[in-house]
Amino acid sequence: MSETLTGAQALIRALEHEGVDIVFGMPGGAILPAYDPLLDSPIRHVLVRHEQGAGHMASGYAHATGRVGVALVTSGPAATNLITPLQDAYMDSIPVVAITGQVAQTSIGMDAFQEAHTWGISMPCTKHNYLLTDVNEIPDVIREAFHLAATGRPGPVLVDIPKDLLVETMTWHRPGEINLPGYKPSVKGHPKQVQTAVEMINASERPVLYAGGGIIRANAADRLRRFAEVANLPTVTTLMGRGGIPDSHPLALGMPGMHGTYTAIMAMQRSDLLVTIGARFDDRVTGKVDAFAPDAKVIHVDVDPAEISKVRFADVPIVGDAGAVLEQLVFAMEHLLDTKPAPERREWFDTIHTWQEEHPLAYDQDPDGPIQQQYVIQELHRITGGDAIVVAGVGQHQMWASQFWGFERPRTWINSGGLGTMGYAIPAAVGAKAGAPDQLVVAFDGDGSFQMTMQELVTAAVEKINVKIFVLNNQWLGMVKQWQRLFYNERYSATDLSSGLPDFVGLAEAMGCAGLRADHPSDVAPTIEKALSINDRPVVVEFRCDPDAMVFPMVPAGGSNDDVVERVEDLA
Amino acid sequence: MRPGSISQHVITVLVEDKPGVLARISSMFARRGFNIHSLAVGPTADASLSRMTVVVDGPEMEQIIKQLYKLVNTVKVTEHPMGSAVEREVLLARINAEPSRRGEILDAARIFEARAVDVGKNTITFELSGEPGKLSDFLELMAPYGIVDLVKSGRIALGRDPKSKNGFRPQLRTA
Repeated sequence: MSETLTGAQALIRALEHEGVDIVFGMPGGAILPAYDPLLDSPIRHVLVRHEQGAGHMASGYAHATGRVGVALVTSGPAATNLITPLQDAYMDSIPVVAITGQVAQTSIGMDAFQEAHTWGISMPCTKHNYLLTDVNEIPDVIREAFHLAATGRPGPVLVDIPKDLLVETMTWHRPGEINLPGYKPSVKGHPKQVQTAVEMINASERPVLYAGGGIIRANAADRLRRFAEVANLPTVTTLMGRGGIPDSHPLALGMPGMHGTYTAIMAMQRSDLLVTIGARFDDRVTGKVDAFAPDAKVIHVDVDPAEISKVRFADVPIVGDAGAVLEQLVFAMEHLLDTKPAPERREWFDTIHTWQEEHPLAYDQDPDGPIQQQYVIQELHRITGGDAIVVAGVGQHQMWASQFWGFERPRTWINSGGLGTMGYAIPAAVGAKAGAPDQLVVAFDGDGSFQMTMQELVTAAVEKINVKIFVLNNQWLGMVKQWQRLFYNERYSATDLSSGLPDFVGLAEAMGCAGLRADHPSDVAPTIEKALSINDRPVVVEFRCDPDAMVFPMVPAGGSNDDVVERVEDLA
Repeated sequence: MRPGSISQHVITVLVEDKPGVLARISSMFARRGFNIHSLAVGPTADASLSRMTVVVDGPEMEQIIKQLYKLVNTVKVTEHPMGSAVEREVLLARINAEPSRRGEILDAARIFEARAVDVGKNTITFELSGEPGKLSDFLELMAPYGIVDLVKSGRIALGRDPKSKNGFRPQLRTA
């Protein structure tokens, strides 16, 4: 039976076919036709206050649920406002589909009102993008967009739809088979390479399993843990891979890199074999590349062939899905261990345990001094039992949250790793909570980060998406200040955010949230308790924190990981 | 840089013939900091596909090829090591040619099998196709007369029939 629909109706129908339950967006001229059939659809629309919020919400939703997040906005400024979240999702491999309105085809190229070349602008920050030219393409392109966003190395896909196509009519058809001759992501790894890998691992004396965000994206945390146990591998989890193996696991060494644990950093430096899965040798992990893990051979498993040997040569490259390859690795390793004994690696583990004992993550909370940011994070973890999805903005608070929150499960840590987008926390938390309404969603935010996207708290209040935002207010752009202190002779150029402003409690209340404040270490726990007890609206808690606190350990930018510094006195 | 120098690589890219695919390729090259020496695009025997010939400056092709494959519309990427493909360029060159020197210029051009396609009062315009080295040699020979204007196509390349190896190369008969 043929059914005549407008392009707008077809678009909403196609989204329903993809199982979309929420879209984050804001209407405007060019996308207006699509908002009408949305009223008749079971899809929930969350009306944002700024399109950047819609993009980050879609990303937070995707992080928390593993499903594709959707943003729906109009042309011109709305589309350009989406660019930051698209690049953010691209860097962190987050499946997002963005649908943008475009001026009518007759106006394209005429510098029409609210016209921007969205297709061209978004090309380098999407996995793929479309500018539709025919209303009949809508069902198939939406199908393709979701397929591309979710499969292989996930990422953002943008579909730009001229207004005239939304108004035109078409005969609805279910999307056909996907026909993308140039897109066939590998799933299973090459069996020969897998065999080489397990033999190499078994012969290694000082291996490290280097697990990245690919583990989370591939829903492979259970298999990662199994493999670490079977192969007896100490495991580091990158900023994007936190929760890939429980932090309480005896094989877990925490986060590597610029602000990683001493043990994770040194284990990689001294390793003779890096078993890399779903990680990309980011500069924040490697430090100076030439000095990174100088004695290590590299096994590199990644679904994206372009990551392999991009930064560090891979002795054993394996292209495939992290979960599928881990399954193969476990199987091959178990088989190998039937005939060959597993090495105990006692010396290696002794070294690691000594590092762990001698170089723990540390801070001092003076009971009468200013609140230490790490203390707030640990207290919240203690009080909640760690049973929450944790979101962060970008800066010192993000590093502390990653260091001091013990992550036990995947998809409980949501942050902007690759792009380092300040302002990520609030909208991403809203998106996560919208996607996982039964879970406690808390965000740690800095006072700088908070002020970039705080208007989305209005969205949260109106939509009853009750996130809890913990602002670790040190009144500075803390991470930049830390660099100025360490590398610019304490010349603090443009990092003082002006103490006392804004009034976070007053702001919170003005935006329909509960606002709380803690000034003293003894207030921290009771204020957290209070924040957790308010469940009829979003909560913002301001902790007045130590303005001079610094994140350690730290590998100075461009330096070798061997030069990791654990306290300020150690910096010459 | 002289064509065919050691740091130039010739790759052909088979892409879906979709709007904007050229923009995708050139945008990727720009974003990744790869240098394009020349780029030529045209249809193939299969109407749904286009072939691009890209001459790239740089020592290392692996990452470029992988990044090309990463584009959704890229179907096949082939690197052509020196001599493994038939490579051609076309040029049109307007040469200073006072009537008194026409004869010698035409003689020189004949050696290269360059065709005179336009003759003016004081100039001759030649068309020449061939291996990039041949075009360079021709221009070198014409330089003393004065090259008034010049246009060169990007290089196009087609891999040799794998069965013929490097055996039969009739095009090498000419200069």
